[in-house]
Amino acid sequence: MRQALEGSQAIAQAVALCRPQVVAAYPITPQTHIVENLARLVADGKLGCELVSVESEFSAASVALGAACAGSRAYTASASQGILLMSEVLYNIAGLRVPLVLTCANRALSAPLSIWNDQQDSMAVRDAGWIQLYCADNQEAVDITIQAFRIAERCELPVMVCVDGFTLTHTLEPLELPSQEIVDRFLPPYRFSRGLDPLAPLSMGTLVAPEYFTEARHLHHEALLAARQEVEAAAADWAAACGREQAPLVRVDGPPEATIGMLTLGSVFGTLLDARDQFGGPPVKLLHLGCFRPFPTEALRAACTGLEHLIVLERAISPGADGIVGAEVRSALMELDHPPRVHNFAAGLGGRDVPLAIYPRLLDAIGKPHPRMSAIDLRPELLPDKAHAAGEAP
Amino acid sequence: MTTRTLLDLRLNQPRFQGMEAGHRACQGCGQALAARLVLEATGPDVVVANATGCLEVFTTAWPDSAWRVAWLHSLFENTAAVAAGMEAALKAQGRNTKVLAFAGDGGTFDIGFQALSGMLERGHNVLFVCFDNEAYMNTGVQRSGSTPHAAATTTSPAGVARMGKRHLKKDILSIIAAHHIPYAATASVAYPADLRKKVRRGLQVDGPSFLQIHSPCPLGWAHGSELSIEVARLAVQTGLFPLIELERGALTGAMHIRQIRPVTEYLKLQGRFRHLFTDDPRAREELAHLQALADHNIEIYDLLGNSPEALDTEGADTVRRGGLHSA
Repeated sequence: MRQALEGSQAIAQAVALCRPQVVAAYPITPQTHIVENLARLVADGKLGCELVSVESEFSAASVALGAACAGSRAYTASASQGILLMSEVLYNIAGLRVPLVLTCANRALSAPLSIWNDQQDSMAVRDAGWIQLYCADNQEAVDITIQAFRIAERCELPVMVCVDGFTLTHTLEPLELPSQEIVDRFLPPYRFSRGLDPLAPLSMGTLVAPEYFTEARHLHHEALLAARQEVEAAAADWAAACGREQAPLVRVDGPPEATIGMLTLGSVFGTLLDARDQFGGPPVKLLHLGCFRPFPTEALRAACTGLEHLIVLERAISPGADGIVGAEVRSALMELDHPPRVHNFAAGLGGRDVPLAIYPRLLDAIGKPHPRMSAIDLRPELLPDKAHAAGEAP
Repeated sequence: MTTRTLLDLRLNQPRFQGMEAGHRACQGCGQALAARLVLEATGPDVVVANATGCLEVFTTAWPDSAWRVAWLHSLFENTAAVAAGMEAALKAQGRNTKVLAFAGDGGTFDIGFQALSGMLERGHNVLFVCFDNEAYMNTGVQRSGSTPHAAATTTSPAGVARMGKRHLKKDILSIIAAHHIPYAATASVAYPADLRKKVRRGLQVDGPSFLQIHSPCPLGWAHGSELSIEVARLAVQTGLFPLIELERGALTGAMHIRQIRPVTEYLKLQGRFRHLFTDDPRAREELAHLQALADHNIEIYDLLGNSPEALDTEGADTVRRGGLHSA
């Protein structure tokens, strides 16, 4: 049924459709509405699960970990400082290869304090060993949340579903929620092959000496790489179940003969789609990197073959280096016979609006000299030395 | 079969060994003994969340494991939260398996305290066991919030300008009691029957329970490994480590001291207090201070009380003065 729902409400309902048995969370803007909606569903008797309202994000992730190991489907959600606070647990969950799902309502990291959207938080834990999926809109947030449970449980890996804070979580959109029957058919009941069972006791999380550690890490790496197939399979099966096309690894929109590409993650993709319609100009292929971990190297290369220029627009930076996504995209495309020139820009940091007008600016930038990485929406007049020059207070 | 034979069978029944021999603990390790005793009392229908620390390290050097129970080590400071998650999961599945959380004093008093307080506040049905050896032993004997006043550790050494740790041992049990949980108690490896009884009691209650077990560390306390039990017993008999029980925050039981020993008897066996047995006037002052702490415990917990309790510090496991035999 098509309905207008706030992103958080839609995500909460999607989570509820997956019948989690344990939900643990700690409130942080802009994740709060997701958990509030889940609490409401529990209070109204529409979701039968153990809702554990913990005393920190650190415990939220830990409760979810314990629950998943003890044989229950577990879910948590967080953002920003919360993701950083739970980062030690996130690495641990992944290293233990525990299937669970976390929604990251993407938000900037302090300092300076900002409650608004960028993607520095999930990028900060990109090496934790989780599957990381980014949603372009709230319909995708619903669809990917449901797929995330199946991917997690089939791969025995945790999945982080990233949705732009406010831009998606607090925005009403018309979208389709699937029926319980469809979700039940798609997502079998949770079973964890290495769960804690007094009848077949296992020791999990043991001390591993150097003679075995490399092999454990190797297997984790291999498991992530192999997860690409499960991400694609889940998308194909979900598309068949719900009737909506899914674009699991890299979504490509635009003429195949285009020589200019623009790649982004998250809700900015929709902005670029609209802007291209509005501004026209040369043919441009728009790419959405929906799956950041595992990194879809082959799919990305295929999507970029024939491009002369690829603009990578991201909402996080690695100060003192290049853009995080930009560096990875450059590295993945290096082995093409004719790799496109990568133009790497950040935009929308700390919630700065990314307007349609960014599209012609990005196209203009192709022909001009620019640093390997810069914020394209920087306002130089706000920098202290410029302010000084203008005789203003710093 | 006669009653006598049944009783013999019962008494000679091999106890459940949840933690097997062959682990890599030091000789005389109080924590290894305590963990074994706890699992003897719980039986096999448990899942264990274990904090980082000696117990985790010496039992599970991959690919070996000493555990015969379902066991998970996640991190240092999240044990209570992991246990809470396990409990929530088992509740959601309608299973009655008991959840245990094992942590050292660092994972309880210090780095794991927030998660522990949260777990207690939310009322999870978890027995949290703190193996209290009064310092960070796994990393090489650094002071913790549980290290007693004046004890020397590698980060609170005794020297010309210092007499060991300058701060008091945190009164964790009072803090736990302030959560008004159904059951909280202290136990000691020197009194195994009492310890097992308290584990069973902790598992019987509905809601969180907490057990702090005084567990000597021969390496960290610098005493002979053959002295662990004697040292642990003296801690109780001096009043420095009172064995008490609290229900909903109120004192409901205390093991009485039949013959009070001076604290020096306990302290002089341990190298960590060696600097207190010198001519330094500050040493005398510290000894007097520690004796005052023991006297205070004896007074507030009424450890000299003349109750009909069958067990006392002179041999709780062997002396039966009629009445209850709880072992």
